Order: sequence, then structure tokens, then C-alpha cells
Amino acid sequence: MDPTLFISQLLNGLQLGVLLFLLASGLTLIFGIMDFVNLAHGSLYMVGAYICATVTLLTDSFLLGVLLALPATALVGLVVEFLVVRRLYQRAHLDHVLATFGLILCFDTTVQLVWGPEGMAIPLPAVLDGQVEILPGIIFPTFRLMIISCGLLVALALYIVVSQTRAGMLIRAGASNRAMISALGIDIQTLFTAVFAAGAAMAGLAGMLIAPITEASIGMGNEIIIVAFVVIIIGGIGSIKGAFVAALLVGLIDTMGRAFLDTLLKLIMSAQNAETAAPALSAMLVYILMAAVLAFRPEGLFPPKGR
Amino acid sequence: MDGWNQSPRTYAMIAVLAFLALLPGYVLWSGQIFYLDLANRLMILSIAAVGLNLILGHGGMISFGHAAYLGIGAYCVGIPAYYGIYNGFIQIALSVGCSALFALVTGLICLRTKGVYFIMITMAFSQMVFFAFVSIEEYGGDDGLVIDVRSEFAGLLDIQDPNSLYYFIFVSLLGSLYLVHRIMRSRFGLVIEGARGNERRMQAIGFDTYRYRLVCYVIAGAICGYAGALLGNFTNFIAPEMMDWTASGELIFMVVLGGTGTLLGPVLGAAAFVLLEEWLSAITIYWQLIFGTLLIVVVLFWHGGITGFIDRLGAARWR
Repeated sequence: MDPTLFISQLLNGLQLGVLLFLLASGLTLIFGIMDFVNLAHGSLYMVGAYICATVTLLTDSFLLGVLLALPATALVGLVVEFLVVRRLYQRAHLDHVLATFGLILCFDTTVQLVWGPEGMAIPLPAVLDGQVEILPGIIFPTFRLMIISCGLLVALALYIVVSQTRAGMLIRAGASNRAMISALGIDIQTLFTAVFAAGAAMAGLAGMLIAPITEASIGMGNEIIIVAFVVIIIGGIGSIKGAFVAALLVGLIDTMGRAFLDTLLKLIMSAQNAETAAPALSAMLVYILMAAVLAFRPEGLFPPKGR
Repeated sequence: MDGWNQSPRTYAMIAVLAFLALLPGYVLWSGQIFYLDLANRLMILSIAAVGLNLILGHGGMISFGHAAYLGIGAYCVGIPAYYGIYNGFIQIALSVGCSALFALVTGLICLRTKGVYFIMITMAFSQMVFFAFVSIEEYGGDDGLVIDVRSEFAGLLDIQDPNSLYYFIFVSLLGSLYLVHRIMRSRFGLVIEGARGNERRMQAIGFDTYRYRLVCYVIAGAICGYAGALLGNFTNFIAPEMMDWTASGELIFMVVLGGTGTLLGPVLGAAAFVLLEEWLSAITIYWQLIFGTLLIVVVLFWHGGITGFIDRLGAARWR
């Protein structure tokens, strides 16, 4: 196996991992605190990407695009929470799933109304558009490195907020016993609204970071959101730590599987069979991982305590 | 099991089935073949929704991956046809068998989990099947597979003929309704309903609810797989797209729109869904916005779906 290729695929896996974490952490917090299943989380990923693309094209600055799109996506999250989500807390999961599925249809069509059916590319500033030599002989796109570091920074910030601040303490308390912290006089509604907006901003950030590579397109969130669900199931729903570990695990396994599974399979079967089986098998790999984890730990790797 | 004893529902059921039974006559008279296609699609989705309702409505298991069975069923017609095997008995046996097997294997894992885990896991497994078929180039991958010859039933039935196909699907719908009706009237059905109401209590009085649910899950999968075989025959074309997770969401919407846990609900829901989709998409290309809003409004404000509405109408009338 070519070490250069191996290391760049490792980094690609890491990149997918941090993007998944940005999506999954919001999802897992929203579920952890309010027991709310939000299928439309992927729509916020898409909205973030589109807003960022528009601002970037208008101002010619990707940085400005991200800085303006972050609060804008959070605002969209707030509006959605206020109009629809708020009415659903007391309902069954089935209602959550259906209503947020309706939201996805609304979001996808609204984006098509506003931005048209074509995707939108985001031009990168020259600084980020090149490649760097990270190790002797190994070059890697600068922007992808930035995605990884950006994602890791957000993860670190989130860790500090959740484990060190008062707001984080409330979030953790809310995730383990909602009724108790309401009884102690904490306004859980406001807390949740804030978490929902923050989750929206993080999902939007993930969309903004990937859009310069894949471009913003309608329904871009609908595929990755399922993988984000797989991540939070593996990690244990409600656990930030679980989301982080599982996101990196899923990102790495998916990327490495797609890159190297055929090589591995060729060791045990004929080259022709390996080439037929590898694409199908690598597409299924993360789901097989999920099934394996659940077979042993039905609540995921790091189920939050006290539930 | 409710449904039969209450008059308004029984009348609605008779009206819907009579309408479907007589439709080909009208089409023959008016020459508008289009209605026949619409009704075919409606009935096939009804069968799938009837299967889903068995676990979702009666059993309280919210499967968000039921479109996968439609896909598996359809590919079990398409793949043999690709190799020149057109025998409908073999194809349908494969469809039902493979869907049941997939339901068994995934059910073993899914049913160990509860609540939202169950929703997400069923969704993830169906997405797994979706991606598996997308990446198998031999059977068309993303582009799908054309079925050039419909299933052949050894001269007993010729579904190349539109009317025969229509009645074949119609009888299948009746069969699936009867099957679910009988299941829910049986001791098995009572255990399933009991486990939805209070699982711990059912366990305490000695029922292994996991096993009952697993069998129920497999039956629902097999019904949906059968619907998939019909869908493949009807459209003559199958693609992974039909088992995308949004398709599963649409199936759930049909069940909820019609009224969960009722015999007629899935049929009414599927009918309303197909007709609305047809009507709205003719008005505007942005119909999904209206559709999505409608979905949210139905969830927020319209309890009991169409069946609940019929009950309320009936209650007002009889009082």
C-alpha cells in the first residue's frame, strides 16, 4: 500500500469525521435535552451553504461569507424552532419525524424558489486554494486542512463550553434529567431554543465548509444527515463525547473503506470478484459498523448517565 | 380490531373498494387510461402502507425504512428478468422471501432498541440497501434497471393486459387487507396491540414480546416486498431512488394521513397522498412546498387522520 495515498486518505477521513461531528453534535444535544428528533437538521446544513455562497459571491470574501452566514443560519434555526418545533415537544416521536420531514420538503423547495435549481459554487480565496506539503513528499489541499482544524477547534470549544461553563452544566443536567432541572427553576425552554440555534449554526458551518469542494446543492443535507444519525446512534444519543468518537470513527472507516477495501479483498478473493464486491461493501460499511455496535451495546458506545 | 363494527368506516371501506372495482369499466367507457395508471400506483402504495401500518399503527414500531422492502421486492422481479427468468411465481416467491429475510436479519438488531433508536436504525438499514444497489453496476447502479417483460404466470394470468394487471393488483390489495384484518383479530394480533400499549405488562403476563414483534416485523416486510414486486411489474423500471429514505417518509405520511392502526386508514392515506401529489404537481413545480406545509399542519392539528375524520362525521350523524 502506498504510504502517501494512505496518509492523504487518512486526512480525508478525518475531514469527513469533523464535518459529521459538526452535524451530529447539534443533533445529539437537541435530542439529549428535549427528546426531539430533528430530521430537518440536514436542511440547515444546506441553508448555511447557500447563504454563505451568496454572501461570498456578493462581497468576494469567503471569510465574510462564513461570518455572516453563521448568525443567519442560527436565525433560521430560531424561526423554525419558534414556528414548528416548539409545538412538538410534548408529542410522540412519530410526530417529530413527520413534521420535520415536512420541513425538509419546505426547505428544499424554498431554496429552489430563491436560488434556482442549479447548485452554487463558492470561490475560495487564493490563500486557501493551494496545496501544502505536510510531510516530505505528501501534499494536501490547504482548504481541506482548514476544514479539519476548524472542525477540531469547534469540537474543543464545544467541549470547554459543555464541561466548564454554567450553560454547559445546564445542558448536561438537562440531558440527564429534564424534569429535575425545570423543578429547580431553570427555564429549559430558553435553554433549548439557544441549543437549537447553536446546533443550527454548527450544521450550517459544516455546510459552508464543504460547499467550496462540492458546491451548494438542493438536498445536499439529506444524504449526510443519515450518516450523522448513524454517528449519534453509535456514539449514544445525547453524548457529545460519543458523537465525537463516533464521527471520527465513521469518517475514517467510510473513507478508508472506499479507498482500500478492494485492495484488501483482493488478498482473499479473485481480483474480479473483489472489484465487484468492494464498492457495494464499502458503501455498507458504516451501517455494518452500526449494527455491530448495537448488537453489543443497544444504547451506543457512550450512553449519557442517568437516563 | 376495530373497523368492521362501526358503520361509517364500513361504508367508507365498501365505497372505496367498490369504486376501485368498477374503475376499469369507467376507463373503458371514457378511454382515459391515465386513471387506470393512477389507481394502480395508488393500490400498490396502499398495499405497502397496509404492511407498514401493521407494525407502525398496530405494533407501535415506527419503521422509517420501509421503502427498502419496496425496492427489494422490485429488484427481485428485475434481477431474475435481467437473466431471462420471467416466471412470476418464482419472482414473487423471491420478493416475499428476500424481504422477509431482510426483515428478519435487521429486525433481530432493530428490535433490541426502542423509541428514537428504532426509527434511526430502520432508516439507516434502508439507506444501506439503497447504497448497495446504487453501487452495483451490473444491475444499472444509479440509473436503474428496465424490466422488459412483465412476470409470466404459466398462462394462468396475463398481466401484459392492463385490465388483468389492474385486477391482479386489486385482488392483491384485498388479500393484504384480509390478511392484516385476520392477523389483528387473532391472539397474535392482540399480543402485538398489547405490547404497544404496555410492553412491560405483556412481558409480565408471560409473553416474549420481542419474538412476537419480530414475527410482526417480518410479516410487514414481506407484505411490502410483495407490493414491491407489483411496483416493478407496473412501472417496468426500477431504480434505487424508489427506496430512498424520503420514500419511506412518504409511506409513513400515508399511514398517518389515513389514520394509524385502522384497517382502511392506509388505503385512504395512500389514495389522498397519490391524488394530492398528482393534483398539486400539475398546478406548480413548487408543489412540494405546499405538500410539506400540509404535512406539518396535518401533524400539528389533525389528529386521527382521515379515518378519525370519518368517525367524527359518523358520530355527528348518528347522534
